[in-house]
Amino acid sequence: MNAIHVEHLFKSFGALTAVNDVSISVREGEIFGFLGPNGAGKTTTIRLLTGVLTPDKGSVHIRGIDIHRHPLDAKMQMGVIPENSTVYGDLSAEQNLHLSGKMYGMPRAIRDERIGKLLSNLGLFERRREPVRTFSKGLKQRVSIACAIIHCPPVLFLDEPTSGLDVQSRRLVIDTIHQMNGQGSTIFLTTHNIEEANALCETVCIINKGKIVAQDSPERLKKMFDTTQSVDVSFDRKVSRDLFATEWIVRAEPCGDKWRLYSDNPDHVVKYIAGLAEQESLIITSLTTSGPSLEEAFVHLTECA
Amino acid sequence: MEIPLFLRGIVVITGKNMRLYYTKPPVLMFGFLFPLFMFFAFFVGRHLDLITFFPAFLAMMLFFTASSVGPLITPWEKREKTYERLLSYPLTPESIILGDVMAGAVFGIVITSIVWIASAFFFTVPAAHPATVALAFILGTVSCAALGALLASPASDSPPNVMIFSNLVRFPLIFISGIFVPLQDMQGWGRILAYCSPLTYLVDLFNAGFSGVSVFSPFIDCGVLISIIFVFILLARFIQNRNMIKGL
Repeated sequence: MNAIHVEHLFKSFGALTAVNDVSISVREGEIFGFLGPNGAGKTTTIRLLTGVLTPDKGSVHIRGIDIHRHPLDAKMQMGVIPENSTVYGDLSAEQNLHLSGKMYGMPRAIRDERIGKLLSNLGLFERRREPVRTFSKGLKQRVSIACAIIHCPPVLFLDEPTSGLDVQSRRLVIDTIHQMNGQGSTIFLTTHNIEEANALCETVCIINKGKIVAQDSPERLKKMFDTTQSVDVSFDRKVSRDLFATEWIVRAEPCGDKWRLYSDNPDHVVKYIAGLAEQESLIITSLTTSGPSLEEAFVHLTECA
Repeated sequence: MEIPLFLRGIVVITGKNMRLYYTKPPVLMFGFLFPLFMFFAFFVGRHLDLITFFPAFLAMMLFFTASSVGPLITPWEKREKTYERLLSYPLTPESIILGDVMAGAVFGIVITSIVWIASAFFFTVPAAHPATVALAFILGTVSCAALGALLASPASDSPPNVMIFSNLVRFPLIFISGIFVPLQDMQGWGRILAYCSPLTYLVDLFNAGFSGVSVFSPFIDCGVLISIIFVFILLARFIQNRNMIKGL
């Protein structure tokens, strides 16, 4: 049985088709990444999957339960961290968690035990009695995550969970995702951060203009575009783009204090750079080659569609 | 499985609303202070027979208190960005609306009962039919709270805008519903308008309960109030569903 099974989902808002024939299957225990540029339909899709919105056509099953026929039973199976949604600022972290626990029908004793554990794990215990409105964005997001996982949901939906967070909070979120997945939860994650998706997800689905344009493992998606590789190089002084005008370099982009040189044949590029350095009396301070990235695949897929 | 979850959702939402919204300034202002000011403005110093007007005053109090919580909740949740999270819990929009209605109804009953008990220190109004008074309290508070939920359903994440809109609807009702001018004294258009106001049937039911004298049969008053509850809740659901995306 799939944890999430979506068939031919459609949703329009007036003339705009936000979700256009989306079909997805996510296996139990999988971390599934849902990527797309702004306005691609990610958030609308996640809202349809979590029962917040009703589709015009199509079906969504969460662990075999049709969310639009049995919304409450299906929602009991999931935890959701909406993109822009937050928790109640007038309540403390502890009160927010109790409210969440009550929503899932958890008895008081179990709630108390689980809340204590979550507050400690997410670094909120010291401030558990303070109103959440006094918290930073990172701390609020931790409370939001704790609210979503209080009942140990078999399926967890996260819409841009690390967006705008500091490094510590981001790491904590990622650790929590790994921890939940380690306990058997299926994770459905939307993110803008391609490298995050690359590092976390077993399967990645790319959506553009409401349509799914690719769905595969990150490695396979990268291989679809394996003609483009890159060489990052930096010198002891600034150089102009003109120096990289050679048949071996497809394009050159400044990248901080480095140049990123895209090529079908990085071996020739490295040899060319070595010759260039000698000819121009440059000192190479760093040189790295990298294979195709998921970002490349993403850009290619979303530009082509 | 779904029905117990649905009922539990209503109870949890009611509790959450009571905790979060009863002390919000707009609720205290329009739900508690305002009807008191209206009482002082229209009843005090005008040599009116307080005992005659007491049922209408009680109806007005119940109307303002019970209908003041609902208009605040949804816009507040939308503004604070907690509404989407709420929808992702094991709740349906219906259970959220019913939780809002229940919170308004409890607020109406509690505040109006306090005012009634407090007024007993100054004068006693005997109830001719206590059961009818109790029924008027229950049906009145739920129907007024349902009106509050209906007033909150247009898409807006601005509580002040919704409060202004709700007052635009609520104020005219108190002048055409037999509170300041008894229904039997109304003529022509005034009387026709009074028949269209849900508050009229609540005032009439209170009159039937306290003095035993009413324009309509208490059965008609109860029937209208029950119908109003269903119509307002269904309308609120319909409008909220149409505007769902705007508040997320």
